[in-house]
Amino acid sequence: MDIFGVPVQALMAQLMIGLVNGCFYAVLSLGLAVIFGMLHVINFTHGAMFMLGALLSWAGLYYFELNYWVMLFLAPLVVGVFGIVLERLFLKRIYKLDYLYGLLLTLGLTLIIEGAVRSVYGVSGKPYGPAPISGVTDLGFLMIPNYRLWVIVASLLVCAATWYTIERTRLGAYLRAATENPKLVEAFGINVPVLVSLTFGFGVALAAFAGVLAAPIMQVSALTGQTMIVIVFAVVVIGGMGSIAGTVVTGIGLGLVEALTKVYYPEASSMVMFLVMVLVLLVRPNGLFGGVE
Amino acid sequence: MTRPMCYGFLLLALVAAPWMGLYPVLGTKILCYALFACAFHLLLGYTGLASLGHAAFLGVGGYVAGYGIKAWALSPELALLAGLSVGALMGLVMGYVSIRRSGIYFTMITLALAQLVYFLCVQIPQTGGEDGLQGIDRGMLFGFIDLHNDRVMYYTTLTIGVAAFLFIARVVRSPFGQALTAIKDNEPRAVSLGYHPDRYKLLVFTLSAALTGLAGALKAIGLGFVTLSDVHWMTSGHALLMTLVGGLGTLSGPVVGAVVLVTLENKIGELGALLAGVTGIGWFATLGESVMMIMGIVFVICVLAFRRGIMGELDALRRRVRTPNPAPESQS
Repeated sequence: MDIFGVPVQALMAQLMIGLVNGCFYAVLSLGLAVIFGMLHVINFTHGAMFMLGALLSWAGLYYFELNYWVMLFLAPLVVGVFGIVLERLFLKRIYKLDYLYGLLLTLGLTLIIEGAVRSVYGVSGKPYGPAPISGVTDLGFLMIPNYRLWVIVASLLVCAATWYTIERTRLGAYLRAATENPKLVEAFGINVPVLVSLTFGFGVALAAFAGVLAAPIMQVSALTGQTMIVIVFAVVVIGGMGSIAGTVVTGIGLGLVEALTKVYYPEASSMVMFLVMVLVLLVRPNGLFGGVE
Repeated sequence: MTRPMCYGFLLLALVAAPWMGLYPVLGTKILCYALFACAFHLLLGYTGLASLGHAAFLGVGGYVAGYGIKAWALSPELALLAGLSVGALMGLVMGYVSIRRSGIYFTMITLALAQLVYFLCVQIPQTGGEDGLQGIDRGMLFGFIDLHNDRVMYYTTLTIGVAAFLFIARVVRSPFGQALTAIKDNEPRAVSLGYHPDRYKLLVFTLSAALTGLAGALKAIGLGFVTLSDVHWMTSGHALLMTLVGGLGTLSGPVVGAVVLVTLENKIGELGALLAGVTGIGWFATLGESVMMIMGIVFVICVLAFRRGIMGELDALRRRVRTPNPAPESQS
């Protein structure tokens, strides 16, 4: 059976890859949105943190023989702590300034991180070796590698957990309140600066988590983050940063659109999400799920 | 020292530079980046719009000029005009899309659009892909000025650069420029006074893009090549850094920033070797390979401790010298 001249099997396989990429976009833009909500800073280092997560999982295996599952826990922790250090050292000094300086500062930090990784490892990707979960599952219409299935499940679980934490727990209530009115929340005896640091740490830890997931299936190199961050920017422009569900849906949707383009018009596959962004801006300037800024 | 005298000295220094040991081709490169930074700053400094998409105008302006010269044997003046027009046209289109959002979203949109242009340049054959365009012939300007001579090229670039600088200065001080500043400072109030901010933003975006396209064409002719790195967003980051180092909101800041940064980039290998020799730390010798990291460090230092930039600091210093007891607000 063919759909517009492409066999169903091939189409489904591409869509599955698109779904996996979409999951990465979703987790990354979720972290970016959480950080932006609290700090009002667009975290340019997000792509670099994704790259660091992947690199750490590779380094853990290569130098210390720590397996994938250990690093899946350890890498986000290390990157999260690193993020908190950056926040305490640098970011906290610019909250009162124009948004431009937050962008510039994180851009500068990105260049330092990527430059440092590049001077140690060069620009070529690090092959991770075989995926930690082998085998394929037959879904009837499609054979899917188990590892990719795990990536999808893990990403969606993390997104759901983040949503639950922010919308349904006491900590999440503090967070949302501090986003609205930090002064008032502080007056209630809640330590807002610590909350801000933790938010930043959590956001970049999410990026690192996605990085570890990506390590076995993407050749992650020092410059992977640069490509990733621009795509994530397009995702948050399209989806708006107001709703968690909106961000996740947009990320996954864009991954699928990218995959479809790869099947039918491969030349445009790297450009299609930016074209979607242009279209959305022309029709709905505030984004698909965005209210008023 | 009065302001016109400062500009006089700066101009004099630029005119004399090739006779004082500056390699004219490096000088041409510096001037092209200075023009690029000034065009970029017209948008950021006076309208408050931070674009990370200007590399697209610089790169495509260069590609169009270079391709025109190579494929259709365009004369340099026509190639420059082509770069300028293409920059303006792209500015109009990209501006139309990106000014629909403000603040940080504007920046992200310009970055994404520039990435679109980048991938387009990777795909189409006219740009030469990974190799870029090489061996672009400088030709004869207006049929009788021989640009093959490096010094003639330098002075031609200087003339165009000065003209563009005066144009920008005129724009900033015109009623149009005043309206831009008003929009930057308080958009709702500008609207209530009957201005249409979007029209102003679109026009200044187009102007800025056109001048950037001109800088790209000039760079293509002067250096003889255009590569993908000219369209890459890092080049926009460069313009941002030059503006920041030179001084945001000062007319001459971007020029000073471009001079400092391009020189630094060119000399950083030598500087590293020197430091390694003096201190005996071998790591310094590899400094030339870590331009990216150095740029990042300069970014961070500027944002944390040096937000006024070189010209901004000089202005502040002069004000302090003039008034022994500075007013409280000038201390902030």
